[in-house]
Amino acid sequence: MMFIDPHAHMISRTTDDYEAMAAAGVVALIEPAFWVGQPRTYVGTYVDYLSSIVGWERFRASQFGIRHYCTVGLNSKEANNEELAEGVMEWLPRFALKEGVVAIGEIGYDEQTPLEDKYFRLQLSLAKELNLPVMVHTPHRDKKRGTSKSMDVCEEMGMDPSMVIIDHNNEETVAETLQRGYWAGFSIYPSTKMGNERMVELLKQYGGERIIVDSACDWGISDCLGVAKTAHLALQSGIPEETVRKVCYQNALEAYGQSGQMNEQDWLNPAPIDQRTLYEGNSILRGGREPKIEAPGERRAGQMLIE
Amino acid sequence: MSNTAKSLLRNWIVVQAPEQAAWINRSLDALAQGAPDRDLYIFLGYAPRKLGKADLELSGKDLADANMAQSGWSPKGWSIDGAARVLALLTATSNRPFSDRFKDLRRTSDVSEMIALYRGLPLYPSPETMEFEVGEGLRSNIRAVFEAIAHDNPFPRDNFDEHRWNHMVLKALFVGSNLAPILGLRDRANPELARILVDYAQERWAAGRPVTDELWISVRPFKDDPAIADQLTQAISKGQLNKEVLL
Repeated sequence: MMFIDPHAHMISRTTDDYEAMAAAGVVALIEPAFWVGQPRTYVGTYVDYLSSIVGWERFRASQFGIRHYCTVGLNSKEANNEELAEGVMEWLPRFALKEGVVAIGEIGYDEQTPLEDKYFRLQLSLAKELNLPVMVHTPHRDKKRGTSKSMDVCEEMGMDPSMVIIDHNNEETVAETLQRGYWAGFSIYPSTKMGNERMVELLKQYGGERIIVDSACDWGISDCLGVAKTAHLALQSGIPEETVRKVCYQNALEAYGQSGQMNEQDWLNPAPIDQRTLYEGNSILRGGREPKIEAPGERRAGQMLIE
Repeated sequence: MSNTAKSLLRNWIVVQAPEQAAWINRSLDALAQGAPDRDLYIFLGYAPRKLGKADLELSGKDLADANMAQSGWSPKGWSIDGAARVLALLTATSNRPFSDRFKDLRRTSDVSEMIALYRGLPLYPSPETMEFEVGEGLRSNIRAVFEAIAHDNPFPRDNFDEHRWNHMVLKALFVGSNLAPILGLRDRANPELARILVDYAQERWAAGRPVTDELWISVRPFKDDPAIADQLTQAISKGQLNKEVLL
């Protein structure tokens, strides 16, 4: 089974993670622009970060046979630094049309401040103008109300819910997200977000329509195999294969494919130019090999020789 | 900059994507008449969306025309969107120096864009002002970006000083790239490069790693230079080096 991890901050991850993801069947992933763990204090550092995720990280992923996409945006935490935010907003249109940019995101609320609100709205306008999907980060604190408010604002700004992925849902927010017509993302992230046993329960209850599973792996204690492990657990728990395929592959492809920048052919049958420049003989066409879940670095740990 | 090169590019693109001819012509005419930078950014962003990413379909005559328009220029392996991007950059008028505009685009480029920008090097005006930008491209860790400069591109042969040339060849070896597509490998061979390459070969032998035969192209003309002759003789006697490759 092929998987897409539609939320993975690979800039914070190691090559062991890329290897483990590829071995587990991840063929494509989306790297949302985010808060890197500490605030950026210059617009220039933010610009170079965006350059990294449209360029260097894309190449790095390709070396492991994984197709890399990204979203660009000003995250909610850094929206509170007005000087930085104004500068980033000037640069965003330059990045929004780069190859492989599948959405504006992750944007939304953190502390639900007026500045967060201002830049959330401005970025929704940009997404609308460019006809790009939006990835919404829902807040950790005051989550339920923050999630409702995020959707209210999307609608106020005239967004079509089918172009918006509301991410980091939980048991408390999912019903409203689905009922209002949005894609519902779930981040399988230990301790703070969603666990995969809980996820399986949600799949039993809600089925697979418009539900998207991601790992949101980043610089914190998180698991780059969140999607693959959830898929396996779901299959073991008797969730139909078709449902698993939808939530761990197809729905992400449909939601973010609306950008016109993400196509199954990108990994099944890449253009010659991409084969030459992005895959270097490390072919995505791993055809027939059985996906295998092994801990990042496991193979390496068992090998004492470094050559 | 060569007007012939521009008209060749335009012609190839329009012939291959006739349904986009109106968009191409309208956009390029506007850029030629001084449209704002924003229009250039949008054109560069839309190029793969409108034109796709297929390789340029070039005949033997097209390649000959290219070489005629700009000596050594080979658009073989260029993609249609990459060709359009280079053409747009060549067409847009601006008061800013070309290398500044190039830098502005390079800083924010995605992988394919960066490859296209560097492939266009032989066609750009004032090559002497591009030194810093070319250096940044050569230092890239993205092999295809490095190869956009190093391979099938007359720019290094025609413009690099000896130090930069030598380090490009050496980096090609380090990143596992081929040397054969580097234009001017024989013409630009020099004793310093020969010495560096022999040292490199010895490091590889010491580590038990293979040494590519391509390396000897730049060593051969200086094989009797006292700086390296003894090392080569020893390597042959140890069986590390086949003396045939030096002939």
